[in-house]
Amino acid sequence: MATKQSAAEALQDFEKISPKSLPAFEALVHGHRACQGCGEVLAMRQALKAIGEPLIVASATGCMEIITSPYPHTAWAVPWIHVAFENAAAVASGIEAGRKAMLRKGKLDQKEAGTKVVAIAGDGGTADIGIQALSGAMERGHNMVYICLDNEAYMNTGIQRSSSTPFGANTTTSPPGEVSFGQSTEKKDMAAIMAAHGVPYVATASPFYYVDLMNKARKASLVPGPAYLHIYSPCPTGWRSAPDSAVSLSKLAVETKVFPLYEVIDGQYFISRKVKKPKPVEEYLKLQRRFSHLNPAQIAHIQAEVDRKYERLLYLAGEVPEE
Amino acid sequence: MAQRVGLESSLACSEAVRLADADVIAAYPITPQTHIVEHLSELVADGHLDAEFVPVESEHSAMSACIGSAAAGARTFTATSSQGLALMSEVLYIASGMRMPMVMAVANRALSAPISIWNDHSDVMSVRDCGWIQLFCENGQEVMDLTIAAFKITEDPRVMLPVMVNMDGFTLTHVIEPIFIPTPEEVKAYLPPFKPRFRLDPFKPMTFGAVGVPEVYTEHRLQLQDAILASQPVIEEHLAGFAKAFGRTYQPIETHGLDGAETAIVTMGSIGETALTAVEEMQAAGEKVGQIRIRLWRPFPFDRFLEAASKVKTLVIIDRALSFGGAGGPVATELRAILTNKPGAPKTASFIAGLGGRDVTREDFKEMIRSAPEQLASGRSFDFYGAMEG
Repeated sequence: MATKQSAAEALQDFEKISPKSLPAFEALVHGHRACQGCGEVLAMRQALKAIGEPLIVASATGCMEIITSPYPHTAWAVPWIHVAFENAAAVASGIEAGRKAMLRKGKLDQKEAGTKVVAIAGDGGTADIGIQALSGAMERGHNMVYICLDNEAYMNTGIQRSSSTPFGANTTTSPPGEVSFGQSTEKKDMAAIMAAHGVPYVATASPFYYVDLMNKARKASLVPGPAYLHIYSPCPTGWRSAPDSAVSLSKLAVETKVFPLYEVIDGQYFISRKVKKPKPVEEYLKLQRRFSHLNPAQIAHIQAEVDRKYERLLYLAGEVPEE
Repeated sequence: MAQRVGLESSLACSEAVRLADADVIAAYPITPQTHIVEHLSELVADGHLDAEFVPVESEHSAMSACIGSAAAGARTFTATSSQGLALMSEVLYIASGMRMPMVMAVANRALSAPISIWNDHSDVMSVRDCGWIQLFCENGQEVMDLTIAAFKITEDPRVMLPVMVNMDGFTLTHVIEPIFIPTPEEVKAYLPPFKPRFRLDPFKPMTFGAVGVPEVYTEHRLQLQDAILASQPVIEEHLAGFAKAFGRTYQPIETHGLDGAETAIVTMGSIGETALTAVEEMQAAGEKVGQIRIRLWRPFPFDRFLEAASKVKTLVIIDRALSFGGAGGPVATELRAILTNKPGAPKTASFIAGLGGRDVTREDFKEMIRSAPEQLASGRSFDFYGAMEG
């Protein structure tokens, strides 16, 4: 039986993308209908630029699907398919399996070998309704990149909470009220769930750190077998923040340790950007009206959770001896 | 030269998929479909079929992976049953709406609750309107032959619609029959490699599954309706081609002994063989009875059915599913709609029988045929046959 190359082995001679060597390639081109200041479409564009051609994309139902494909228009310059909400990973499994069989049987030209298969979904399509299909695809080990564009709620349907919505956030189905303070649960840790599957390459990224994001996307595409990218994707519309806030929020989320950047390569954690002097979480929260109802005690709770989770990450990465 | 061997119908289905040289099988196990996918797994494991067997984590993902595979241009197969078909339901409609060629075997089984692993048609009737071509097999040879023909039909650029091959769970899938197995060369001559009209080609980008805004949605659905109606002559063409290549003839509607008959029993699926035995015994006793078998359920072969129905005065329609709170069994309801306002249309009696694996015997068919005049005289739309009182 052939032994499979590890992610670390595959990335041994990895040539980093630098600000001077940004790829010119675009998978997603003009004409899409994203909201003004959308951070999600920015993240998606950056990731696909880095993954490069030849490329096939399978999107879940959601904002990115709706805004790019209103027939007879399309914003996709690569072959693209949308089937349903919960099954982007399963659709990509089928594409990958079909191409694998056809290449082996000589039914596809060898010039098509090396085509990347990428599945893209939002946080609802990943952490909620799509988690079963994603879990199956990752466990089966299909050679694909799965990208979760996490804007922390069901934005396409009108800002309903998902399991990826952070504690305290006001959404249309987690509204603060007389006896409620908004989302009462902690954000689901999808990257950890993917790492627990033994996915060879798992990474988090944020569009402000675009070089880091692009390098992670390219690494994900080079690793044999599955790879999972969890990308922070600010949604000014749903977060009730200024239309020009997506990029600054994607910086602040990292600086406050709300969204730490790291990689898990063959199960080993590496922190991409250590936050030595973190800014208080309150600075991050106050720019978004989805958190404007929170009282000091609730903000203190969020700060404590952010600190605790970051400490745990440091421990996983071997940066501190004990939790 | 084709060999005739004793083979379980499920295995005949798998062997047909091997002969078709499928590229991808994505499937999830469910009784009574399991023998089909188990045997396919063995064929792949032993190198007798060069395919990717994708052991998905659900039927929903099975159908989703099949769409991905078909869109990639691969010859694609899956199989399911009952709850699995119900779980797939969402994606079935998308497969046909996206015009994805693929073949699915359905080992027909009752739907829960109560949970029942046994045979009836409530699973397939729950997805009757999903835009797939739907064939019903009567015996193991048909399972083999229609599975092969289904690939020919689904991949025809004039069709490009997914095809469902229905076979009754256990009563057909688990029965061993003498079955002719064609040679790979014979099948290859009949079924050349799949040449998709459209596929996810990295060098010819195309958008699949775009949003259907109100300005285009209606027209898109009409295109699907036109396509499935237009598939009937192509299906007949490929069944005729099959007859030429393999010597076995299949029609969308089969009739037995209608000449001189006044009453015809209408069946779909494997009960047809038992019903025919009953009909033949009644004919031998001088009763004016014949049989109409529906092999092609979608697209419904209106012309063929009306031609057959016009020969008799009464139809006795057997359903193996029920529309709760509705007008009865789906087959009878539909046939009545088709016959409405047709001059000289026969009267229709309707029986619902054989739910959840209850046997329907020769005597039962005779009893239903003989009690039809009483049902017609009473004005009742349908009867449950063989249900215990209370």
